[in-house]
Amino acid sequence: MKASDLALFAGTALSGHRVRTALSLSGVAVGIAAVIALTALGQGAREYVVREFTAMGSHVLIVFPGKVETTGGGPIGGAPRDLTLEDFRAVVSRTPGIVAAAPLASGEETLRYGARNRAALILGTTAEFRQVRRVKMGAGSFLPRRDARQAGSEIVLGAKLARELFGPESPLGKVVRMGTWRFRVVGVMAPRGRAMGIDVDDVALAPIQTVMAAFNRTSLFRVFIEVRDKRLLPEVKERVTEMFRERHRAEDVTVITQDAMLSAFSDILNALTLALAGIASISLAVAGVGIMNVMLISVTERRSEIGLLKALGGTDRQVLLVFLAESGLLALMGGLAGLAVGLAAVALFTGLYPSFPASAPLWAVAASILLSLSVGIGFGLWPAWRATKLDPVRALTGR
Amino acid sequence: MIELDGVWRTFRVGESDVQALKGISLAFQAGEHAALIGPSGSGKSTLLHILGCLDRPTRGLYRFEGRDVGSLTEAERCRLRQNRIGFVFQFFHLLGRLTALGNVELPMLFAGVPRNERRSRAMKILEAVGLAPRAGHRPDQLSGGERQRVAIARAMVMAPSLLLADEPTGNLDRKAAAGVMELLEDMNRKGLTLVVVTHDPAIAQRAARVIRMDDGQIGGEPA
Repeated sequence: MKASDLALFAGTALSGHRVRTALSLSGVAVGIAAVIALTALGQGAREYVVREFTAMGSHVLIVFPGKVETTGGGPIGGAPRDLTLEDFRAVVSRTPGIVAAAPLASGEETLRYGARNRAALILGTTAEFRQVRRVKMGAGSFLPRRDARQAGSEIVLGAKLARELFGPESPLGKVVRMGTWRFRVVGVMAPRGRAMGIDVDDVALAPIQTVMAAFNRTSLFRVFIEVRDKRLLPEVKERVTEMFRERHRAEDVTVITQDAMLSAFSDILNALTLALAGIASISLAVAGVGIMNVMLISVTERRSEIGLLKALGGTDRQVLLVFLAESGLLALMGGLAGLAVGLAAVALFTGLYPSFPASAPLWAVAASILLSLSVGIGFGLWPAWRATKLDPVRALTGR
Repeated sequence: MIELDGVWRTFRVGESDVQALKGISLAFQAGEHAALIGPSGSGKSTLLHILGCLDRPTRGLYRFEGRDVGSLTEAERCRLRQNRIGFVFQFFHLLGRLTALGNVELPMLFAGVPRNERRSRAMKILEAVGLAPRAGHRPDQLSGGERQRVAIARAMVMAPSLLLADEPTGNLDRKAAAGVMELLEDMNRKGLTLVVVTHDPAIAQRAARVIRMDDGQIGGEPA
């Protein structure tokens, strides 16, 4: 019996029970649509993160105070030593291969302009921050170049913050107040959205020395170091770590490459995608049980047909194939319908949120077809096997 | 062509054994037309199923065209049913979702006959039973007599040597019954071995040989 003949014969059997076929088919369709939609979202999240990271420059080292223990147990001797501005200057000035480096300190405070005030995240940094973090300006200029230890009264506002403090007014040259401190707005950043968990549009940047004084900080929050060439990353990382060890007489800072963070995030999101796909496939198992149920009913109803097929010379194997083809076809049609629904849902989603690159990965599309087929065949096996076990005489005479 | 030697068939019903056939010995010549008659429960259907290789004797020997059917594998018996034996049933057993043509094609589907050949052979045999104009109709659009003709066409499409008919006219009115019997007898005249199980004395009368069964045994067989 040829596969096309089997499929045709199964098709006629399925079209005889349209409602039943449609219902059990939709079970598979829902499962497959869920797999497609969820993996598309998971994959989209991964791609989004990757894109964000690459936008910020891929050969960047990030230093932060405290040692991340990978061998278990907490840091010994309490709080780590401060990561000071002096450390930053010393390390950066004596490490070759660095294009730009920027320290970062932060605090939250209310900014005031006239009668309006607004709480914002204030980041203290230097002019190099623009290069290291690929900041784009909407208006005015970035923080001026000067020695990191020198205070200054310039401030650069995020797009959203500027809009909410100043409304339609141009903020350039205006003075905003933060407690007793006064800053002059020199620039507004171009809108960018969230990056690395911070809404960049909602922050203000000011000279590092002034921010540390205003918030009474002794330690930097981060140091960003951009390396000239990606291949220099391990070397520079080694050198920076070594210099901090010498200065602090202990290994109490953590230096990571952006690549390492990226691949960690990527791994997490891949795992998340797989987990989502796994959860979605649970619904496929449910759909499979539905198919099994329908096929069992079908075998019971068609006892005399099975007897007839055997009387006409159909072998057990052929009878098995007839019913497997039926459940397989049922599930496959469900799978294709689910694929269509899933892809449509993803298209709708990306239509609503164009910045989120959700798209069903090819492996998920391929897997969903294979998965639905194997659900149909897997769950159809037992009913089909029962059909072959029917005694043709009893099946024909209805006994 | 067909030989039965001391054939017993025992069914297990609950705790006890029921003997449906008790040592049947019988032979059919090729091209014979025989009728099996007897009250219900006399074992005539069981005998028919054994003749058709759908069932196997519990004891005794069944030889079909010289081969001991009891020693054949299930696959070999399938091949016999496919190629050498045709069945016609009281309740037609046509598949309601297929057309007359589709039903006639069915045995060829399992035999792996290519699609085009299936179609032309099925059409030819439908013509022979006088149903070519009804080839595209489904069974529920056909009369009882027409349905049984489709079933006969299906039984004959693989050109078997033996046709087994279990009450082929049991569900038909007198006129349709006569038509169906004429069709079967016509095929018999062309060399087909025909064994008909029936309740109806008028149908049995038409056979050259009447085998009377009673309680699993062969009763008086008029010479």
